[in-house]
Amino acid sequence: MRSWRTSSLRSRGRRIAALVLLLLASCVANLAFGAVSIPAGEVIAALLGRGEGATAAIVLYARLPRLSGCLLAGAALACAGAIIQGVLNNPLAAPNVIGVNSGAGLATALCCALAPGAVQLTPLAAFLGALAGVLLVLFISERAGAARITLVLAGVAISSMFNAGIDGVVTFVPDALSGYTDFRVGGVKNLSMARLAPAFWVILIALLIALSLSNELDLLLLGRETAQSLGLPAKWLRLALLMLAAALAGAAVSFAGLLGFVGLLVPHIMRRLVGEESFFLLLSSALGGGLLLTVCDLASRLIFAPFELPLGVVLSLTGGPFFIWLLLKQRRGGGGL
Amino acid sequence: MIELKNLRAGYPGRPVLEDVTLDLRPGQVLAVLGPNGCGKSTLLRTVNGLLARSGGEVLVDGVPLERLSAKEIAQKVAYLPQSRSVPNITAGRMVLHGRFPYLSYPRRYSQEDREMVRRALDWVGAAELASRPLAELSGGQRQKVYLAMALAQDTSTILMDEPTTYLDVGCQLEVMALARRLAEEGRAVVMVLHDLTLALRYAHQTALLWEGRVRQTGTPEELYRGEALEQVMGVRLGRVETEEGWRYFYR
Repeated sequence: MRSWRTSSLRSRGRRIAALVLLLLASCVANLAFGAVSIPAGEVIAALLGRGEGATAAIVLYARLPRLSGCLLAGAALACAGAIIQGVLNNPLAAPNVIGVNSGAGLATALCCALAPGAVQLTPLAAFLGALAGVLLVLFISERAGAARITLVLAGVAISSMFNAGIDGVVTFVPDALSGYTDFRVGGVKNLSMARLAPAFWVILIALLIALSLSNELDLLLLGRETAQSLGLPAKWLRLALLMLAAALAGAAVSFAGLLGFVGLLVPHIMRRLVGEESFFLLLSSALGGGLLLTVCDLASRLIFAPFELPLGVVLSLTGGPFFIWLLLKQRRGGGGL
Repeated sequence: MIELKNLRAGYPGRPVLEDVTLDLRPGQVLAVLGPNGCGKSTLLRTVNGLLARSGGEVLVDGVPLERLSAKEIAQKVAYLPQSRSVPNITAGRMVLHGRFPYLSYPRRYSQEDREMVRRALDWVGAAELASRPLAELSGGQRQKVYLAMALAQDTSTILMDEPTTYLDVGCQLEVMALARRLAEEGRAVVMVLHDLTLALRYAHQTALLWEGRVRQTGTPEELYRGEALEQVMGVRLGRVETEEGWRYFYR
């Protein structure tokens, strides 16, 4: 028993350590490269408050908030995906697939239209919108038996309705979402640390709660009956975990817009890397989500430098093929989904 | 011991069990038999508190089931459903979740829990499977792991819903022998079974259900000698005596 546990812990530990190293490297690269390349020494000096002039300003006021946005949104969306997939026992379920992101988007648009000055309210509004999406999906999964394809199709319908709502809000209040296209596509441009602060706290607290509930999430993976027979209040726990996922996705959408594929792509990759134990899956998804967005953000700045591609476009170009690969793998019986 | 008194249960608009009175005694394997749809699985789910009953009583060691919390029930009754998800976790981790009903703050499995898991896997003869992913195991190996999980749960009653379905004959016999050993250690083992020959060979007691009611209870000998089995199941059994006891077969 000891050898089983020790060897599996060691191997996962090594992989997570590798992820951390990759993430650190990508963070440095994200701060250093772009329209203007800044040497690593100057980046560090700027971060330590010893930088001067334009380079320090670029690092501190343009790239650092952007990097923080990538890390926060990536971690939040990936963990929301891992939680939703686990709770609904459906590997196709992800915040952008089942309408959670677009629910958060609609609520954000409404909040910006009705209370344009209350930036600090957007995470709360996004959470409520994401929660509406999650509750709709939960309701459908309870009533329709949670067949994989039913949930996905229901998600398509819910997303369409919420997206139509966003379009409606923007039609009547054109200034509701500054940079509407950016919001729909998703991105981390024009952020400030002050704007990220409310979302940071929501994401941090939700992640810590989710990690503390990893045993319970593991039990849900065994099936509802088994989980209940082990003394788990499965019904309430499903709801609580989906609320956490809504908080995570909502907080990310409130500043990064409707980024797709992170919540679908990252948990799938991490499941292959560290297995399905929720603690490690959530931890690695948080790191992997941050890594994916940081790398994609860097790519979006470098591919056509000095012009930028929207982050959401780069993500979709990465995530789309992966999704198709998963579908093909499932068709070949390879257990992709 | 678990006592069922005039139990009534079912689903909205579809009553399934009616007036079921049974004792699930420690040290015995009770085989629950009957045709499809007669309420065998519903019976197990009601005993476990997974399904609310509409009448009657379930007493667990003399205490009404409704007075026990979900965790208290899980510390007394283990349940192996007919089908379950197969997550991408190791067999050892799966068995460790059998200790969940005992998990308290700081909500981490203890060394004692891990020792229980090691003993449970040893007991079912699956120690070498601990580090293997569940998805890679055969049906028989998985069933052993589930049994080890129920063992790690350390309950006085174990409910199994068709534990031999989809297993080859060798694995079926192995699972039945393990169930018998569990009973010999003082547990009440309740098994829903479709294979009458296995049930009569391994069970200490039987309960034959028919249209939601108990048609006959008794030892395998009493069930074999009675007429209810043939009337309800529509098959006739024969048997031969061997050095190890009676072996049953379909005529």
